[in-house]
Amino acid sequence: MKLDSKIPEGPLAEKWSKHKFNLKLVNPANKRKYTVIVVGTGLAGSSAAASLAALGYNVKAFCYQDSPRRAHSIAAQGGINAAKNYQNDGDSVHRLFYDTIKGGDYRSREANVYRLAEVSVNIIDQCVAQGVPFAREYGGLLDNRSFGGSQVSRTFYARGQTGQQLLLGAYSALNRQINLGKVKMFTRHEMMDIVKIEGEAKGIVTRDLITGEIETHAAHAVLLCTGGYGNVFYLSTNAMGCNVTAAWKAHKRGAFFANPCFTQIHPTCIPVTGDHQSKLTLMSESLRNDGRVWAPKTAESAQKLRNGEIKATDLKEEDRDYFLERKYPAFGNLVPRDVASRNAKEIVDEGRGVGSSGIAVYLDFAESIQRLGEDAVRARYGNLFDMYQQITDENPYKQPMRIYPAVHYTMGGLWVDYNLQTTVKGLYCLGEANFSDHGANRLGASALMQGLADGYFVIPYTLGDYLATIGPDAVDLKNPAFEEAKKNVIDRVNQLLSLKGTKTVTEYHRELGHIMWEYCGMARDKEGLIKAKNMIRELREDFWKNARVSGISNEFNQSLENAGRVADFLELGELMIDDALDREESCGGHFRLESQTEEGEALRDDKNYAYAAAWEYKGDNQPEVLHKEEMVFENIKLSQRSYK
Amino acid sequence: MSKNMNLTLKVWRQKNSDTKGKFVTYQADHVSPDMSFLEMLDVVNEDLTRKGDDPIHFDHDCREGICGSCSLHINGRPHGPKQGITTCQLHMRSFNNNDTVVIEPWRAEAFPVIKDLAVDRGAFDRIQAAGGFVSVNTGGVPDANAIAIPKVIADEAFNSATCIGCGACVAACKNASAMLFVSAKVSQLALLPQGQPERYRRVQAMVAQMDAEGFGSCTNTGACEAECPKEISITNIARMNRDYFTAKLIKQEEA
Repeated sequence: MKLDSKIPEGPLAEKWSKHKFNLKLVNPANKRKYTVIVVGTGLAGSSAAASLAALGYNVKAFCYQDSPRRAHSIAAQGGINAAKNYQNDGDSVHRLFYDTIKGGDYRSREANVYRLAEVSVNIIDQCVAQGVPFAREYGGLLDNRSFGGSQVSRTFYARGQTGQQLLLGAYSALNRQINLGKVKMFTRHEMMDIVKIEGEAKGIVTRDLITGEIETHAAHAVLLCTGGYGNVFYLSTNAMGCNVTAAWKAHKRGAFFANPCFTQIHPTCIPVTGDHQSKLTLMSESLRNDGRVWAPKTAESAQKLRNGEIKATDLKEEDRDYFLERKYPAFGNLVPRDVASRNAKEIVDEGRGVGSSGIAVYLDFAESIQRLGEDAVRARYGNLFDMYQQITDENPYKQPMRIYPAVHYTMGGLWVDYNLQTTVKGLYCLGEANFSDHGANRLGASALMQGLADGYFVIPYTLGDYLATIGPDAVDLKNPAFEEAKKNVIDRVNQLLSLKGTKTVTEYHRELGHIMWEYCGMARDKEGLIKAKNMIRELREDFWKNARVSGISNEFNQSLENAGRVADFLELGELMIDDALDREESCGGHFRLESQTEEGEALRDDKNYAYAAAWEYKGDNQPEVLHKEEMVFENIKLSQRSYK
Repeated sequence: MSKNMNLTLKVWRQKNSDTKGKFVTYQADHVSPDMSFLEMLDVVNEDLTRKGDDPIHFDHDCREGICGSCSLHINGRPHGPKQGITTCQLHMRSFNNNDTVVIEPWRAEAFPVIKDLAVDRGAFDRIQAAGGFVSVNTGGVPDANAIAIPKVIADEAFNSATCIGCGACVAACKNASAMLFVSAKVSQLALLPQGQPERYRRVQAMVAQMDAEGFGSCTNTGACEAECPKEISITNIARMNRDYFTAKLIKQEEA
C-alpha cells in the first residue's frame, strides 16, 4: 500500500482554500440521513461532535469518563496559540507556520501546519463567542503572553486553566446539540474495537463501564479523538485513564501508526518522590516567562544542597549556573521543550542535580518577585504556586521550585492524510491521537490549537467529501462484521478476567514504565533499545501468565478496565522501540546518543530520515511493516535548529 | 521528613445501586506523608487485589484538581479536611499516625451510588444541556477583539467559570441543593455580553432541570461555599436568584 497524503496542489497559502472548494458537499436535507461516531470528548472530540451536529449530521459521542467535561484536555494549563498579531509584534500566519515546523524539527507536513496556523485565528473568535473567559487587558481586549520556541506573544490564556475553559466552551456547544437531539451522548463507555465492512469503518464496539454490556454501534464514519499514549511510561502528566486502546484497536484493524517514538518530555514538572507515585504534575511552561532555570555551578555545592547542609537561597549569584540563559542567549529560558528537558538531564547526569534525590533543577522566581512584586507574580501564577506547595510542602515564593522533565504529550499517533483520514477509509483521527502537525517536538500552547482546529474547522469540511461519496444508505447493524467484532471483544474480556496470577496489573504497568523511561526516554541508543525490546516481550508474556485481574464482566470493574489498557500499552511499547531503532538520527524529542552535534544538540539526518514512519500491523507477535511518507519542504529551508 | 503512618480506614462498600451498602474497616500501614490520598487508596487496592478481594471503586482521573472526577467524603467533609483543594490534591501529611479515616461517597438523592464510592453525577450534565451555553454555531462569529469586556467583569465571570463540576457543594449541603453549581454556570454567562441574548431563558431552563433532578432547596447555610474546592462564592446564588425572579416577573417575553 502506497501512502497518499492527499496534499492539494498549488501555492502553500492557497492550498486549504482551494481544497475546501474542491471537496464534495452533502446537501442540508441529506445531512440528517447520516450518522457519525465520535470517540472521545476532549477538545478535538467535543468540537467535532458539536460542529458536525450543527451542520445537521446525527452524532453519537462516547467517552470513558462520567462526563464529557472530564476529558484530559481539561488539565491543559498554559494557553493556546493563534496568529492574531494583536500585539503588533510581527506575528503572522506564516510566522506561526514557520515556528511550528522549526519547533517540530522539520518532521511535520508543511501543508497541514500551514492550515493549522491559518485557522488558528478562527479558533479564538469561536471560543470568545461561546463565552470562554480569556485573560483581558484593562481596555477590555484580549491579553497575550509568550511561550517557548517563539519570539512573539501569541498565546491566549485563561489564568492557569486554559484547557478547562476551552473544553467547557466546546462542551457547552456539545450540550447545546445534545439538547437539540442532534448528539446522543454515551458517557462511561469505552471503545473496544472498530467494525469494518468491505474495508471501510462502519461502526464500533463499546463496553458500558457500569453494566459491562458489550454493545455495537453503526455509523457512516468513525472519528477517533482519543488523545495520546503518554501513559505507556506509567508516570506522566496524563490523567490516570488516558490510554491508547482506541487507537491501538484501530491500528490492528489496518490504521497505520506513525512516528510512535516521538514523545514529548516536558521540562517543568514536579520531580518524582517515590514508588507510591501514580502520576506527575506539570508546572506550566508559562512559568518560564518569569522563572529562571538554574543549577549550582559545581557538583560539590549540589551535594551540599542534597544533604540539606545549605539552602538554594544561600548560593550566591556567581555560584549559580543559569544554563539555558548561558547557552541560548536569544531564547534564554524560553527555548523549546525538548531542548530545555535535555539540558536539565545533562545537569543531573553531571552530578549537579538538586533536591533529596538529586534529580531536579531549580526554577527560580526571586528575580521576578523583586521586579514585579509578589502580588503581580501571584496574579499570574498563583494557582500553579499553590499546586506546587500542596504537593511538595515547599513555598515557591520563598525558595525556588524544584523541577524535572516528565512525559507530557505524544506527537506520534495514527497516520492521517490531509483530510485527517487514516489508512482505513471512513476512519478519521483528530487531535493528539493523530500524528500530523507537531513533527518531532510540539511547541507549547499548540496542542489546544490543533485539537480545536481539527474539530471546529477541518473535519466539518473534509468529512463531508467522504460522506457525499459513499451516500446516505443506512449501515445495517445485522451485518456479520458487527457480530464478529463483538465476539472478539467478549473473548478478550474473558481472557483478561481469567488472569488469576500473583502480580497486579499496576506492577506490570510500573515495570513497563521503567523500561520505557530508561531506554526510550530522553536519550536513546541502539544497544539499550534492543535490550528494552526483549524486556518488553518478556514482560508481556509474563503478564498473560501471572497477572491478576479482579471481578467479573457484567459490573463496574475498574480492575478490568485498567488491565485492558495496560495490555495494549505492552504491545505499543514494543512498536515505539522499533520506531526509535529505525530512526538513526536525532530530531526533536527523539535523541539518539549516536547522532549529536559537537555541542551535544540533536543532529538530524535529512538525507535519510526526512520521513514520517508509518507502521502497518501484520498480526500478533509479527514484525510490523514500515511505510515511509517523505516530508517535502518547498517553503522552508531545512537547517540545523538553533535557539542561540 | 516525617515518618510513615498507620491508619484505620472505614470505607463505604456497596456492590451496586440496588444493593445496600455498609462500612468495612481496612488497615493502611506504612503510609508515606508524601502520598496523595488517592495514592494511599491505590496501595490499599493493590493489597486487596493480591488477596483476591474486590478493590475499592472510586472515580478519579487527572489527579491534579481540575477534572472534577474525584468525590470522596472524608471524615464528614467533601474532599477532606483542607480548604480549597480536591481529594486528589490532599496529601497524607494532613493526617496523623493512628488516625481513623471515614470515607464515604457523595450523599444525595440526585447522585445515586454506582458502586462503593463512585456516584452518578449525570444530573449536572443534564442541567447544563438544558441551557448552559450560548447558541452559536461553528464559524461566522465576530473577531474576538470586536467584543470588549471590562477586565473586572471578565475576572468576575472567570471566578464563576472555575467550577469543576465535582459536586462537593451538593455533598456538603444538608438539603443536597445544587444551587452553587447551577448559579456558577448561570453567572458566568449572565455576566458576559455573549450571554445576554439568552440570559433569562437560560436561567429558567437550568433551574427547571435542577428541580426535575431532585436536588434540594437552598436554605442559605453556606456549607457549599465553605467546601467548594475552587472557593466559588455564594454571591453567585444571589445573582442567579435575581435573574430568575427577573425572568419570571418581568422578562417572561424574552425567555
